[in-house]
Amino acid sequence: MAVLDIRDLSVSYATPRGALKALRDVTMKVPEGKITGIVGESGCGKSTLISAIIRLMAPNAKVGSGEVRFKGEDLLSRSEAEMRALRGTEISMVFQDPMQTHNPVLTVGRQMIDIQYRDKLSKADKRKRATEMLALVGIPDPQARLNQYPFEFSGGMRQRIAIAMALMAKPSLLIADEPTTALDATLEVQIIKRLRELQDEIGCSILFISHHLGVIAELCDEVVVMYAGEVVESGTVRDVFHNPAHPYTRALLECDPGHIKVRTRNLPTIPGNIPDLVSLPTGCIFADRCDVRYDACGARPVMATASSGHQAACHLIAEKEPA
Amino acid sequence: MTDITLPKPRSELGEIFHHLIRDPLGLAGLIIVTLIVASALFAPWIAPYDPIALNIPDRLQSPNPAHLMGSDQLGRDTFSRVIWGGRVALQVALPTIAGAIAVGLILGMIAGYGPKWLDSLIVLFFDTVRSFPTVMFALAVVALVGPSLNTVILVIMVTSIPTYGRVVRTLTQSLKEAEFITAEKSLGASTARIMGIHIVPNVLGPLAVLAAMDIPTVVGLEAGLSFLGMGVKPPTPSWGSLLNDGYNLIRNTPWLIVAGGIPLILTTLGFTFLGEALRDVVDPKLRGKGGK
Repeated sequence: MAVLDIRDLSVSYATPRGALKALRDVTMKVPEGKITGIVGESGCGKSTLISAIIRLMAPNAKVGSGEVRFKGEDLLSRSEAEMRALRGTEISMVFQDPMQTHNPVLTVGRQMIDIQYRDKLSKADKRKRATEMLALVGIPDPQARLNQYPFEFSGGMRQRIAIAMALMAKPSLLIADEPTTALDATLEVQIIKRLRELQDEIGCSILFISHHLGVIAELCDEVVVMYAGEVVESGTVRDVFHNPAHPYTRALLECDPGHIKVRTRNLPTIPGNIPDLVSLPTGCIFADRCDVRYDACGARPVMATASSGHQAACHLIAEKEPA
Repeated sequence: MTDITLPKPRSELGEIFHHLIRDPLGLAGLIIVTLIVASALFAPWIAPYDPIALNIPDRLQSPNPAHLMGSDQLGRDTFSRVIWGGRVALQVALPTIAGAIAVGLILGMIAGYGPKWLDSLIVLFFDTVRSFPTVMFALAVVALVGPSLNTVILVIMVTSIPTYGRVVRTLTQSLKEAEFITAEKSLGASTARIMGIHIVPNVLGPLAVLAAMDIPTVVGLEAGLSFLGMGVKPPTPSWGSLLNDGYNLIRNTPWLIVAGGIPLILTTLGFTFLGEALRDVVDPKLRGKGGK
C-alpha cells in the first residue's frame, strides 16, 4: 500500500497577472518503506507539491482539485489542528539550507527537547532521547553537543541534526526538500548514506526532492520526473534512468554532466524555457522544446504505460501502448 | 588517555554576565547601574538624614563633613535627597519600561505575525501615540488628572509602547519568513509555540538593549516633568525637583543644581554603557568576538 497517494492535484497561485497554475493534475505515489525521488528543474513545482502535502502553503496558493491521501485518508479535508497533530509525528520534513533551519538563539538540546512537547516524558528522558537521536545520525559526543548553539556546528552536522529532529517521533513519511543541495559533494554522499541507513532502521518512507540526477539514482527506489507543474514520467529508478520514455527525461539525462563521456567545452542544455504558467499552451506542455514533436502533440497527452510500473505522459508512448 | 573535563555549561544569563564583565564598557556600565540601584534600594540606610526633614538653621550650606553635598533653602540634606530621588527615578523607570515592554511585545508580535488589517490598526495606534510630543502629551494629561507619581508612570509608559512595539513588529515580520520557523511548523509547532518559544527569545535580546538605553530617557522625562512641577509632588525628593530648586537658587548656591545633575548624567552614562555592551553580548554569535 502506498503511504502517500496523490491524485489529480492542482494548485495555483493568485498573482497580479492572473492564476499561476503551479501544479496541474499531479498524480503520484510514495510506496511504503521505499525512497521515492522527485526530479525536475527549478520552478517545476517540486516545492509547491511538498507545501501542499504538509499543508503549509503560501497565503496566495489555492488547491483547485485533487486529493492527497496519506495512509488512505485525504489530508486536504483535515482541519488545521488535525494537520498539526500529524506534522512531526507522522510526516516530517528536512529542508534545503541547514544554516537556516535551526533557531539561532536556542541551544540544539533545547530545540530537540522542545519538539517532543507532545510526549509525556520527564525532561531528563527527553534529553536522553535527543542524545540518542544525535548519536544515531552520527554526531560525536552528543551529550556535550546538546549544550551548543546551531552556529557552533558545521553545515553537514546541522543537516544531520535537522534529520535527527525530523525522525525523532519515528514518522511514517519523511519529506526531504533538496537536503544536500547546500552541501558540498563529500557531505552529500555522507548524508545520503546516512538517510539510507536510517530509512532501513526506522522503516519509514522517504520522499526525496532533488534536481541532482546522480543523487536520485544513488538513493531512490522510485522516481517521478516533473516538468512545469506536471508529472511527465514515473517508474523505478532503473526503468526511468536506463530506459527513459519521455523526451524531457531523455533530454534531462543527456544534460547530466555525469553522463557525458566526451570532453566538451559547452555543457549540453535543453533549448527554450519553461512555458508561462499563467497562460499555458494548449496541448503537450513540453511540445515547444521537444525534438520529436508531431501532429498529436497539439492535444494534451495522458499518462501511458511504457512497461509495467513505468509511465510517461507522451503520445508516442500511448501509441505503442499494448491495448 | 586522560579524561578531559569540559567546563560546566553556563546558563544563558550566566553566559551573558560572563561576557559582559569582560568588556570594560560593560563592566563600567554594570558598576554604575549597580551603585544607582543599590543606593535606591538601600536609601533608608545610606541617606544620613531624613530627606524631607526641615532644618532651617542649616540651610544653603556648601558641602561639608555634615552635609556631603550641602543643603537646600529649607536645610534639607542634599545628599539624602539625591539618594531618595534615585528611588523615585527608578520607581518611575522600572514599572514604566516593564509595562511598555510587555504591551509593546504583545502588540508588536500580533502586528508582525497577524493579518494585515490588524497590523495596520496597531501601526496606526503606534503612529498616533508617536505623533504627540511626549512632554506636551504629559502636560496635557497632568493638567487633566493632576500631578502624581502614577500619572507620570502611566503617561511615560503609554508613550514608550511604540518604541518597543515597532522593533518587535519588524523583527517578528522578518522572523516569520525565516526557514527555521517553517521547519518548526513542519514538525508540528502551533502558532502559540512558535511565538512563545521561537520568536520571543529572538526578540528579547534587542529589546533588553533598547530597554537599557531607554531607562535614561525615562528618568530624564520624570526629572523634566518634576522640574516643571508636573511630576512628583513636593516634598517628595526627585532629581527633577532638586534641579528646579537649584535653578531658582543658582545665585545663592551652585551646589543644588550640580547635585541634581550628576545623578542624571551618571544614570545616562551607566545605562547607555550597559546597553551598548549588552548589544554585543546578547547575540550568541557575536559573543567573544573582537579579542575580548
